[in-house]
Amino acid sequence: MSRNFSNDREFDMDDDGPRQSGPGGGGGGDRDRRGGGGRGRMRRRKVCRFCLDKVDIIDFKDVKLLQNYIPERGKVLPRRISGSCAPHQRMLAEAIKRARNIALLPYAAD
Amino acid sequence: MAEKRVYEVVFIIDPDTAEEDAKRLVESLQQIAIDQGGNVTKNELMGRRPLAYRIGRKTEGVYILFEIEGTGKEIAELERRMRVNDQVLRYLTVRVDEDRQRAEKFKEKRARRASKRGFAAGAGAGAGGASRGAGGATAGGDEED
Repeated sequence: MSRNFSNDREFDMDDDGPRQSGPGGGGGGDRDRRGGGGRGRMRRRKVCRFCLDKVDIIDFKDVKLLQNYIPERGKVLPRRISGSCAPHQRMLAEAIKRARNIALLPYAAD
Repeated sequence: MAEKRVYEVVFIIDPDTAEEDAKRLVESLQQIAIDQGGNVTKNELMGRRPLAYRIGRKTEGVYILFEIEGTGKEIAELERRMRVNDQVLRYLTVRVDEDRQRAEKFKEKRARRASKRGFAAGAGAGAGGASRGAGGATAGGDEED
C-alpha cells in the first residue's frame, strides 16, 4: 500500500482561513475545493486515511504501515501534512513509540 | 480487578544463540507464564529481522510474540526473567484488552450509525436546511437571494 504524500509541499497554513472571496461562499460544503477567486493553487482537503479505512487499532508491529508516517529523519509525520485526525494521530504516535522501543523503527535516522 | 487482562509481549532474542537454545528459552518463558496462572493464547515467531538500531553490537534479532491472558502477576515474573536473561535483548509488554474493547465499541457505533443513516438520512438533511433557513430570516431575509 503506497501512501503518497504528494501534498508534502502544501503546508496548509490557511486551510480553515477566512473565505471572503470564494465563489459560492455561502454554503457549508465547499471547503475542500477553493478554486478561482485569487491567490494560491487549488487545494484538496486532506482526509484521515485511518478514518477512511476504518482503522480502530494501530498495531505497533505493523512496520509497513508505520513506515509511511516516518520521513527520512525518523520523526513522526505531523498531522498537518498527513491529514490524520487527532485520535488517529495519537494512536499512530503511540504505535511508533512502541515500535521504536523494540527496534522495529529507528529513534533517529542518520 | 478480577477481570482478565490481555497482554502482548514482544521480545527479541540474541540472533547468535543456537536455534535449540532459543527454542528452549521460549518454551521456558511460556512455562513461567503458565505457572504463574497466565494463559498463553498466542506464541508466534515473528522471525529474524534487522534491528532499526544496534542493541549491544547486535544488528539483527529474533522476534517472538506472546499473547497472554492473566492478572498481571505472570507479566511481572516474565519481565523479571527476561531482564535477567542475557539472551533476551529487549522486551516490550503492551496491555491490549482495553484498546480492543474500545475498538469494538467504535465498530458498534459505526454499525449503528450506518443502519440509522439508512432510513433517516432524508430527515437529517431536512432539519439542517430548516435551521439554516431560520438563521437567514433572523439576519434579515431581504438580503438573501
